Amino acid sequence: MLHGYGASLLEGLAVTLGVALASLAVACALGLAGAAAKLSRRPLLAGAAGVYTTLIRGVPDLVLMLLVFYGGQVFVNHLAQGFGSDGYVDIDPFIAGVLTIGFIFGAYLTETFRGAFLAVSAGQREAGLAFGMSRWQVLRRITAPQMLRHALPSLSNNWLVLVKSTAIVSLIGLNDMMQKAQQAAGTTREPFVFYAAAALLYLLITSVSELGFGWLDRRSARHLVRPRS
Amino acid sequence: MNFDAIAQNLPLYAAGALTTLKLLVIALAAGLVAAVPLAVLRSRPQRLAHGPVWLFTYAVRGTPLLVQLFLIYYGLAQFAVVRESVFWPWLSSPWFCACLAFAINTCAYTTEIVAGAIRNTPHGEIEAARALGLSAAQVMRRIVLPSAARRAIPSYGNEVILMLHGTSLASVVTLLDLTGVARDVNSRFYIPFEAFITAGALYLAITLALVGLFHAAERRWLAHLAPRR
Amino acid sequence: MKLSSARRLLLALALTTAAAAPALAADWSKLRIGVEGAYPPFSEVGPDGKLKGFDIDIAYALCTQMKAQCTLVQQDFDGMIPALQARKFDAIIASMSITPERQQSVNFSDKYYSTPARLVAKSGSKLQTTPEGLKGRKIGVQRSTIHDRYATDMFKGAEIVRYTKQDEVFLDLAAGRIDATLVDSVAADVGFLKTPAGKGFGFVGPTYTDVKYFGIGAGVAIRKSDTDLQAKFNEALKAIRANGTYKKIEAKYFDFDVYGDALSK
Repeated sequence: MLHGYGASLLEGLAVTLGVALASLAVACALGLAGAAAKLSRRPLLAGAAGVYTTLIRGVPDLVLMLLVFYGGQVFVNHLAQGFGSDGYVDIDPFIAGVLTIGFIFGAYLTETFRGAFLAVSAGQREAGLAFGMSRWQVLRRITAPQMLRHALPSLSNNWLVLVKSTAIVSLIGLNDMMQKAQQAAGTTREPFVFYAAAALLYLLITSVSELGFGWLDRRSARHLVRPRS
Repeated sequence: MNFDAIAQNLPLYAAGALTTLKLLVIALAAGLVAAVPLAVLRSRPQRLAHGPVWLFTYAVRGTPLLVQLFLIYYGLAQFAVVRESVFWPWLSSPWFCACLAFAINTCAYTTEIVAGAIRNTPHGEIEAARALGLSAAQVMRRIVLPSAARRAIPSYGNEVILMLHGTSLASVVTLLDLTGVARDVNSRFYIPFEAFITAGALYLAITLALVGLFHAAERRWLAHLAPRR
Repeated sequence: MKLSSARRLLLALALTTAAAAPALAADWSKLRIGVEGAYPPFSEVGPDGKLKGFDIDIAYALCTQMKAQCTLVQQDFDGMIPALQARKFDAIIASMSITPERQQSVNFSDKYYSTPARLVAKSGSKLQTTPEGLKGRKIGVQRSTIHDRYATDMFKGAEIVRYTKQDEVFLDLAAGRIDATLVDSVAADVGFLKTPAGKGFGFVGPTYTDVKYFGIGAGVAIRKSDTDLQAKFNEALKAIRANGTYKKIEAKYFDFDVYGDALSK
């Protein structure tokens, strides 16, 4: 039924997952940094973070990706030339995709982590400091674990949106699941079959993710009494 | 940076922005109109009522918009029975296909947003309505839906912005929206930075205008929930 | 020496950037070649995920002749020249025609094949390429190709619909969304007319030969600054034409002479 392109689709699935997970890592790093900036007392940092989140949420993923892929290479080359090297650092579609998606979702996760941080009651932090813990110890042992619990619902939502956004990376030529489906569709002239197969695979990813996050959610809130729903 | 070519092509960009807005309005209107009855069904306790709607929103929200667009535009055209049907004049048009895909997508998300708002109606309002002798249909029409509409404004505003970003995918099925214009300009003059930054700036302007609109709506219709001054 | 963590990070970045830049400058023993992968029979991706086609075989043959180690990098056609300028690869072998417009941005090797462009439409279609004949008609082209440029400038009155890949043009032609496409005759023949989807379609109108738009044939595109690489490609091309490698590759895909003196993409 898939004319032998089934294995190729599964390879694409692996690439898609790779892009999604790598982007998540970048996005989490940027999100934490952004949240820290927004919560800091320095207006310059908070302002810069504000500009970051506004810009990202104001421009479509596709446009940003095209900008990073085509424009970014030129920019990096100039930079590399400035350092005196030959003037080429490869930005292949994988890196362009991961950087763009990571950058975009870093903005959304900034809001997630900021909200989660604020949700941890200040009393916990005060108690930690009263015990003589340093600010870093309070952050590491008290605030951060609780913050993760509050961040979970929003994190899971953003993860789902992120996974779906990876489909756009196919438009800059990355050999992910969408690109493989397109190639197969173009050669066999049966687009419906392959796009439907791709849709089912995405549905599989989102379903498994929802189950996974549901489990994480229940586990992290084990100590709480949840109202019977 | 050479913005001369951009300046020459500004009318093209303006036409692209207009196309983007047209796509957005049509998709949102169609999606919203369909979403309200679906949301009512979705919020009912009976399996037969909320089941099919849940399946619809699950499938549409679990797959990328790009896949949905390709399925409708390229996928359906694969079948001779579709090409010879009475629907073909519609389905052969990229405009119709794009609007259909966008409308279905926003309908699913809006259904969930409105259903959630309906479910969150304060029970006291419903009790009062029943006590006054209103029928179930009247309760829904006069009390629950207007109340839910207000509650849904922040989430719906978010959805509108996301749909604006979604319309950039219309360029993938040959439509000359803002992103499509930027890609054509880039392919003619080889100026990726300038072409995509201009598109990005225009998207940002539209986004900020929409955000302002929704803030005004919130101030007016959710004034009762605002912090007291 | 004890550097602050910020300085250490900067140093690491600088070192990585310097290390990552391959020492390609004068050597050309390692080459990256941009190819398309969506233009049968010249380049396509098989079910096994591997690139194959005339362009691909010529690329490997030239590299063997030049004793260079080549990596093929897939790229959509409308982004080829920007990607070359941005140094994503060092040469383009993607059925790219040598035209005066393109020669403003890049250099070309000598041609490696040349086939004419034609319109493809439903068999027996009376499509006239006059302004009246074209009114209300839709002509599909692949974005950024010589066919795109020609159709945009010459087929006034028609709506020119641009696609990222030629495959997509053929899909829409078969579906009836566009009335015709201007495309390379060989790509149309092998990629569409000889396939089941192409039944009922055929060539319409004349062969197009305007050198200003269609150039003199497909060549290897190279950055203007790399004149030594251009010379190497020309030498290698002459060599494979002389020693029979070219004829062997040509015979694999075509039963006619494709080097010709007409025009290509």
